[in-house]
Amino acid sequence: MIQLAYLIPLFPLIGFLINGLGWKSMPKQAAGFLASLMMLVSFGLSLAIFFEVKAGAADTIIPLFDFIHSGKLLIPFAFKIDALSSLFLLIITGVGFLIHVYSTSYMHEDEGVVKYFAYLNLFVFSMLLLVMGSNYLIMFIGWEGVGLCSYLLIGFWFKNRDYTNAAKKAFVMNRIGDLGFLVGMMLVLYNFSTLNYNELFAQINTNQTVLSGSTYTWVAICFFIGAMGKSAQLPLYTWLPDAMAGPTPVSALIHAATMVTAGIYMIARSSVIYNQSEFALHFIAIVGLLTAILAATIAIKQYDIKKVLAYSTVSQLGFMFLAIGCGAYTTAVFHVMTHAFFKALLFLGSGSVIHAMGGEQDIRSMGGLGKKMRITQITFLIGCVAIAGIPPFAGFFSKDEILASAFAHSPILYVAALGAALMTAFYMFRLYFLTFSGKFRGTHEQEHHLHESPAAMTFPLIVLAILATVSGFVGLPEVFSEHHSLNEFLHTAVTNFGAHHMEHNTELMLMGLSVGLVSVMIGLAYARTKSPNFVANTGLAKVLENKWYVDEFYDAVVVNPLVQFSGFLDRIIERKGIDGGVNGVGKMVRWAADRMRLLQNGQVGAYLFTMVIGIVLIFVLGLFFVNF
Amino acid sequence: MVLVLLLVIPFLVGIVSFLAKDAAKNVALFGSLISLALSIYVAAYCGTEQIAPVSYAWMPAIGAQFSLAADGMAAMLCLLTGVIFPVVLLINRHKEIPNPAAYYGLILLSQAGLMGVFLASDALLFYFFWELALIPVYFLCSTWGGERRIPVTFKFFVYTFVGSLMMLSALIYLSLQTNGVNAMSLENIMAAGKSLPAMQQHFIFWLLFVAFAIKMPIFPFHTWQPDAYEQAPTQITIILSALMVKMGVYAVMRWLIPVMPQAAQYWSELIMTLSIMGIVYASLIAMVQSNIKRLVAYSSIAHMGLMCAAAFSGTELSNHGLMVQMFNHGINITAMWVIVNMVENRYGTQDFKKMGGLASTAPGIAIALVIISFANIALPLTNGFIGEFMLFTGIFQSASQYHIVFMAVAALGIILGAVYTLSMVQKVAYGENNSGIATVAKMNAAELVAIIVLLAFIIGLGVFPQPLLDLVLVK
Repeated sequence: MIQLAYLIPLFPLIGFLINGLGWKSMPKQAAGFLASLMMLVSFGLSLAIFFEVKAGAADTIIPLFDFIHSGKLLIPFAFKIDALSSLFLLIITGVGFLIHVYSTSYMHEDEGVVKYFAYLNLFVFSMLLLVMGSNYLIMFIGWEGVGLCSYLLIGFWFKNRDYTNAAKKAFVMNRIGDLGFLVGMMLVLYNFSTLNYNELFAQINTNQTVLSGSTYTWVAICFFIGAMGKSAQLPLYTWLPDAMAGPTPVSALIHAATMVTAGIYMIARSSVIYNQSEFALHFIAIVGLLTAILAATIAIKQYDIKKVLAYSTVSQLGFMFLAIGCGAYTTAVFHVMTHAFFKALLFLGSGSVIHAMGGEQDIRSMGGLGKKMRITQITFLIGCVAIAGIPPFAGFFSKDEILASAFAHSPILYVAALGAALMTAFYMFRLYFLTFSGKFRGTHEQEHHLHESPAAMTFPLIVLAILATVSGFVGLPEVFSEHHSLNEFLHTAVTNFGAHHMEHNTELMLMGLSVGLVSVMIGLAYARTKSPNFVANTGLAKVLENKWYVDEFYDAVVVNPLVQFSGFLDRIIERKGIDGGVNGVGKMVRWAADRMRLLQNGQVGAYLFTMVIGIVLIFVLGLFFVNF
Repeated sequence: MVLVLLLVIPFLVGIVSFLAKDAAKNVALFGSLISLALSIYVAAYCGTEQIAPVSYAWMPAIGAQFSLAADGMAAMLCLLTGVIFPVVLLINRHKEIPNPAAYYGLILLSQAGLMGVFLASDALLFYFFWELALIPVYFLCSTWGGERRIPVTFKFFVYTFVGSLMMLSALIYLSLQTNGVNAMSLENIMAAGKSLPAMQQHFIFWLLFVAFAIKMPIFPFHTWQPDAYEQAPTQITIILSALMVKMGVYAVMRWLIPVMPQAAQYWSELIMTLSIMGIVYASLIAMVQSNIKRLVAYSSIAHMGLMCAAAFSGTELSNHGLMVQMFNHGINITAMWVIVNMVENRYGTQDFKKMGGLASTAPGIAIALVIISFANIALPLTNGFIGEFMLFTGIFQSASQYHIVFMAVAALGIILGAVYTLSMVQKVAYGENNSGIATVAKMNAAELVAIIVLLAFIIGLGVFPQPLLDLVLVK
């Protein structure tokens, strides 16, 4: 069965080709049905393979063909199925399928729906390449492929200049990260002459190639720069909030559940490399923590329902990198999984709200929606509870594990991370209360239109809500259970750096502390939103509402100077300098030729005179330089 | 014998075109298809006895022979030439131009010259074809070009003619070092180059390098190029950018580095620095262009900079990647020009700020534009990626102590490339239609065929690059 794993990306590819080539003539409903069906088949296959791996099937390489073969460089186009990739396959195809189903209803009125499903299938195909590749180059193909799809889907409504700007920004910022990835690959190739995971990690583990620690640090940092771009970490995170310009199911699938977690996958996959460089791990921990805090502060003061969720995603990704930085790769993967469920749920829930509100995204105009849309309300609440970290919902277990690994590392990390977690609870419940409880603050027309979404949209919400509730049990903390099923499952593929064993009492105390404080935060959020009054923000609140002015800072420090410098190169150096010089030479030649022309004046006397002078000159010179 | 046909057919069909008057465009297209078939045959059988080298006495007094040979690299470039010319002749079939017989005749003469450049294994013959390829282009630019065609062609002519003379004098000097028969043959030239004393080698090296650098073009010898690309008819721009610049790279690979390996090694860091500066320089300038043809021109300078840097990095991988990239760059930039030609014809301007909305008015063209643009910025699974990846890896593995800096700075081009290419796509394809032109015509059949052929290469070689990788290595 595992040998058939290449079929998993094949089906979305077929879906893409049919919808993509038939974009003119494909009926709208058929497009959505076909795309979802392809996802369902892939999900079925992923499930079968997952259970086979879980039952103990060995790591498998599935070679397809030689992609690049030049001298000593051989890069096969091959897939690798092991515990890590099979888990990601399940998340991608599973959540992917639900979001495809959701989209059939959400997008059914859009004129570009066939194109939409083509892109969505292409995205899943690329994402599958990313996690299934057996070497870094195949990962890179998927990596850039998901970037392309993200670009196409952010700018899906291409008539809007702001949306296409957001799409461009996303691609360019990702490219900056990709440069890091590329240099990382070059370094690996240079030092190990292979990009295949198996051979590379075997070389490192068996010390066949002995390298200085700093080489590992460079490789690790370069790959992490790639992850910064794709997984929206400081300083390359500003594209993700802008990416909310895309249709909401896209935000759920690409910009919350799957693509943005590619950076986590990459580092978990490379755990062997990262374990060689403690410096790189510290660096990652700090970047992740800062991102988690910064994004959480911004989320507190956003009024766009999707922007709150976007900053929340950035912040949660920061948590995952914090876990990685603490050497707990499997914990990060655990949080990828639970986050995929509850964040997809929250985004799809927000989509349901936006749908009902006729496109309105400002939570200041919402309120009291719970009465009209019960399923959306309850599932959204489950999502909020899960992300806030209330037991026994999924987010509690994964977040608790991150906090515990931070604590084992340093209490300072723990306190800072806990602070970010508390902010998470606050802004999520602020969002929930402002949206679903209280009185409706929009127009009468909007109120008249409010309705629960159709079954194709509520069905994914319900499934995801169930997953967000129960999925935490695969990773019960030591206090409650001796078996951490996820860690046991992943341990063949991922090696954590250092192992933390915490006193059970300490662990219980920390849990109690965080749950207690989170509850206080929820109460605070309720109190603050009970009778909302939206006055213009001042002071720090205004800075937060304006996202710490980071975009303005980038524009002032990078973008504008670069454009001005380019203009200078074009107008002054290129046209006046180099081209001016060349034209000057040309003009000089013409000028000289003009003068020379006068010498040929047609008078034989003048010619004779010149000739005589010439002969005399030669004669004189000959006299002086006899040996000439 | 096939090699001779590869030259003779475009030459003869070119002559026929001169006489064919109104039928010239069909005659030329027919002839280019025969050349295509022949070049496919050469590529398929190169390295076997079917494609044996040919050699005839030509000017024995000065040691020049009429000798042709095709290894993998030459066959690949002939194949590229064979593919590009039918595409050139397919677009703009509906456009009325003055004196079509001369126009199409000159185009085919230039094709004959190009084939000769790639096949010649005699220095004088190489020079002869070099000029044969260029001279028709001067006439094509100065007669059928844009408003500023005369000064621009003059500049182009001066630049390349200075280069040609430097090359000719260097080649003659080299041939004089061998006192024997066939002084001009590649073998003898190579032997002569290696035997030169160091000082002379450096001197000859620079004569040849500047000649080839102008052709590629390499910063700072490039300023003829944006003007020429902008002013030439787009069909001629395609020939210039897809094929003629490859003459420069090819010459470096065949007539410069193997002839003077020590000098090439000696100057490699300087040349790599120039080339890589050129990548960043041209990319930055491309960012502020609003003329779509100039943007593509500067983008091409950046790409050629990378290729030249790789040529001098001295690693097998970058050499191999370079040969692959020559083909892929030729396909991609042709595809880019075909699209540029379509939008220019439809919007009546080269200023892309006055375009917009193509994705709603002519979605087919917009889709092609997006795919080709991503190939242009080397997205994986398009053909642009394979070559670039090998070039970067090769540069990274070069023996220079600055190899990491070279690679990292060169790779800035992939970020800047994304910036200017996507800005262009955004202005042309997305947003509202700013042109004031209500109906933008969809692709016609001939354009569609051209685009489909090019897209097939872009995707096909992006997914399965190995056949091309194997072809270029055939001895």
